[in-house]
Amino acid sequence: MEQPSPPHDLLSTAQLYPLGDAAVVLQLGDTISEVTHRAIQVLGHSLDQVPFPGLREYVSAFTTLTVYYDPWVVSRNGKRNPYKVVADRLYSLLCELPAASASETQPLVEIPVCYGGSFGPDLALVAEHTGLAPAEVIRLHTEPEYLVYMIGFAPGFPYLGGMPEQLTTPRKAQPRPLVPAGSVGIAGGQTGVYSLPTPGGWQLIGRTPRRLFTPEAASPSLLRAGQRLRFVAISEEQYEHLLEHEL
Amino acid sequence: MSCSILRPGLLTTIQDAGRFGYQQAGVIVSGPMDPWSLRLANLLVGNPAGTAGLEITLLGPTIRFETDHLICMSGADLSATLDDQQFPLNRPVAVRQGSKLAFGAARSGCRAYLALSGGLTVPTVLGSQSTYLRAQLGGLAGRALQAGDVVPAAGPTPAGQRLHQRLLAHSASQRWAVARWYPAVAPAPAAGTSTTVRALRGPEFELFTEESQQAFWQQEFTVTPNSDRMGYRLAGPELHRQTEREILSTAVTFGTVQVPAAGNPIVLMADHQTTGGYPRIGQVISADFSLLAQVPPGGHLRFQEVGLTEAQYWYLHQEKHLQQLHRALALLHYS
Repeated sequence: MEQPSPPHDLLSTAQLYPLGDAAVVLQLGDTISEVTHRAIQVLGHSLDQVPFPGLREYVSAFTTLTVYYDPWVVSRNGKRNPYKVVADRLYSLLCELPAASASETQPLVEIPVCYGGSFGPDLALVAEHTGLAPAEVIRLHTEPEYLVYMIGFAPGFPYLGGMPEQLTTPRKAQPRPLVPAGSVGIAGGQTGVYSLPTPGGWQLIGRTPRRLFTPEAASPSLLRAGQRLRFVAISEEQYEHLLEHEL
Repeated sequence: MSCSILRPGLLTTIQDAGRFGYQQAGVIVSGPMDPWSLRLANLLVGNPAGTAGLEITLLGPTIRFETDHLICMSGADLSATLDDQQFPLNRPVAVRQGSKLAFGAARSGCRAYLALSGGLTVPTVLGSQSTYLRAQLGGLAGRALQAGDVVPAAGPTPAGQRLHQRLLAHSASQRWAVARWYPAVAPAPAAGTSTTVRALRGPEFELFTEESQQAFWQQEFTVTPNSDRMGYRLAGPELHRQTEREILSTAVTFGTVQVPAAGNPIVLMADHQTTGGYPRIGQVISADFSLLAQVPPGGHLRFQEVGLTEAQYWYLHQEKHLQQLHRALALLHYS
């Protein structure tokens, strides 16, 4: 019998390392890609299907699956090395990873955004950094269909893939103490939407009236990893109108 | 079964073990800043360790017990008094209806935990009673306690009730009575001292300049006043990477030390976001979260490097200690 081994291209980039004494990170390279994204989703799904004793939860990101565990339970009350147990478990999941299947088609979610002005105080800065006119920044930002790679940073906050490279702008050196909910921002080659008022270092180019996080709902996050979305530019009047309907 | 908040104090919130299982949707864990002390206080009143209690920050509230309760306070020494008499830490206390708990100056640490036998009966939101201030959910209306609030409590468990009666039987005239037994617990660091916490190298440690790597382990940092339950913003030596390449957002956790480009590190605490994009130079070990949580704004902090094996040894050591305490208490006092 041949030892199972992970699909070759993923094996060559896979790394396992600790995040402190109660989490293991499985990293598949350091490039955002839909193939990596699907592999991470499949691995997370495997943990949902067959959770191991002591699994607390996991967080999937662009190229990482971070698995939180209870070292006491995993170590069987201190009898085994808990890190090794979880790392071995993740390695075998990786080995069993089926060839990445075609992603299921999900409905496109439209996110209306009022760009610039007081809603997007950094639009001018992004325009200056990228050498584009503000209108061109908006046009490029509303053009693609984005993939929701992960939810994180705040409840319901989507990290999106698919932003045109020309829009790449670094984060702020010092995060703002408070960014309003609905703010649409750029950080490096990423774009996303703030779902709650929170501190943050992204360059803010606009704001959406839609609620991305509703704790009283059965599924509290509007978006899920794996979905596709598009930004639609709206006026300030449309923003106010939509905000009334959202509340 | 309840207690009334006469004065709210600086920041008093309801916290249980934390809201696990929703980080994938971006919902943070919350829970106590000093998990050890909340667990200890709970065990001492016969509760499961993760039961909801009050987290009291620096300037404590004034609380009136509206019914008889069996309570315990652990963590910081905030000069607590019950009906104007000194109130002890780490001992179960039987209080009668009408007793008033108040606080004074912080003598050691900055966060005290008050557990009530039977726990609190605020609603469970997404699997937890912990207050998540920024999202305004959990706890009491998702916010810090205010004057006039009534915190609903379950009232003592049957075993807690029996201990309550035993304690007060010997002091029928008194309004409250303290158990004579208590566990051996190291006190929180005294005000004005420097705290050393142990930490692992973070996943991006190697990206920092040699000078910054050394500064992280060797120099002292100050917890700035701009720190909260989400994170401690530190002042001290600025830490810089060899290159300022952006890194992809990924999971972060309690104790993660991340460094924005300006170079001042942030230690992520109980209300940390689920993911972040700043490089992680270090990771405070779980066994030292209690020490870390007791460093007040303006307090001094150093990091001492340890490896994963040592970190997990101390994790399991601490856990064993709590489990033994749990068994002993169950056997001796809560059977």
